[in-house]
Amino acid sequence: MELKESILELIRRAATDLPEDVAESLSRAYDREDDGTPAKGVFKTILENVKMARGQSTPICQDTGSVLFFIDFPVGDVEQTYRDAIREAAIEATKKQYLRPNAVDPVTSKNSGDNTGENAPFIHFHQWDKDEVRIRLMLKGGGSENVGAQYKLPFPALKAGRDLAGVRKVIIDAVVNAQGLGCAPGTLGVGIGGDRITSYALSKEQFFRKIGERNSDPKIAELEEELYSTINKLQIGPMGFGGKTTVLDVFISAQARHPATFFVAISYMCWAFRRKIMTIKNGEVSYD
Amino acid sequence: MIKLTVPISEEEIRNLKVGDEVSLSGVIVTARDEAHKLMVEEKPDFIREILKESVIYHCGPVVKQDENGEWSFVSAGPTTSAREEPYQADVVCEYNVRGVIGKGGMGPKTADGLEKCGAVYFHAVGGAGTLIANSVTKVKTVFKLEEFGSPEAFWVIEVKDFPLVVTMDSHGKSIHKEVKERSQKIMEELL
Repeated sequence: MELKESILELIRRAATDLPEDVAESLSRAYDREDDGTPAKGVFKTILENVKMARGQSTPICQDTGSVLFFIDFPVGDVEQTYRDAIREAAIEATKKQYLRPNAVDPVTSKNSGDNTGENAPFIHFHQWDKDEVRIRLMLKGGGSENVGAQYKLPFPALKAGRDLAGVRKVIIDAVVNAQGLGCAPGTLGVGIGGDRITSYALSKEQFFRKIGERNSDPKIAELEEELYSTINKLQIGPMGFGGKTTVLDVFISAQARHPATFFVAISYMCWAFRRKIMTIKNGEVSYD
Repeated sequence: MIKLTVPISEEEIRNLKVGDEVSLSGVIVTARDEAHKLMVEEKPDFIREILKESVIYHCGPVVKQDENGEWSFVSAGPTTSAREEPYQADVVCEYNVRGVIGKGGMGPKTADGLEKCGAVYFHAVGGAGTLIANSVTKVKTVFKLEEFGSPEAFWVIEVKDFPLVVTMDSHGKSIHKEVKERSQKIMEELL
């Protein structure tokens, strides 16, 4: 298959077919809520919607998000090949209503109408030594992006210091500030350390982990598990209606920081956690 | 489940309380940031009759146009309402709107406007784009499509059995306020 066609299919799958690990997690959340509560009703609607979107091949959510690609490619490949194919695929995906036109010029406020524009779709390139191409796609809605937050420790208002205890405090604070606005239950991606840019980049990349996948560092894994259970005690619930599930998971990762800085970036992924991965090996395309 | 059909009287709205589940039918209008700004700054008349005793929906849909030029909704869940907080109360009162549909709830200025002018805030399930699009039976017309782009345009749509929950009523109550205060209290205990 032509690269553009394969990427178009990747976009279609990402927009219309919620990953199985996320769907299962939502289904467990439905089971946990009490009958007759608005929370139970929300999960019922969510699960029906997921099924309908899959069946009709229409977007799970009308906000098909910012279109973010992460490409790992072998030595010798040319970045421009991918840029061109992605541009064409985004235009075609918009025509086929897999994507809503979501690229707006911030100076003129004009929507390009086809998801292309300066840095849109955004592509992170990374060369690796494998003989295959991995294209990871994330569709990230605007509502969830708006509730993301970057903290600088120490953070006196919460008495949050420069340690994991401080990190824990600001993560809980971010969820309380977000309430239902990011389309709860969300999944958190957290980047500790780095600079202003790389802390957010690390937080976003966590969304390629599967629900339940823990960090290999036991200290961080423990914090992830503790936060998952603590945050779900806040009773914010789906859509902020109150309820037992406020987050589906918490993914944390750390990187070196400058001695004078300590950033914690928290990205919030809505319940419609849309990610798909495509691999091209020996001309064969596979999707996960 | 309470069935409501547009046009909605003030009495019907005053009877609604937070937590009520509502199934809405009739002609409603989508409006987001650009539309609200326009309604407050220029008070245009093209939308006046349609909005009277009707409902505004905070939504930027994925739309489709067939070969005969007919539009339909493909995916159409609610967008975050908080962005309209500076405008909403004025729009509700100026245009005699009986309800606002969105997600995430709105603030004190809107709550006052709802109470004063007899309207409620309905919460739709955020992200349920395909399901809600299936309750849109007809796209009647569209305004400002060229100028604002499809997400921001005024789409005049007919809906049937659109599932909603009242989360802010016309008596000053708000689920959003209650949940927020409770979660802040729990957080203090957890930290």
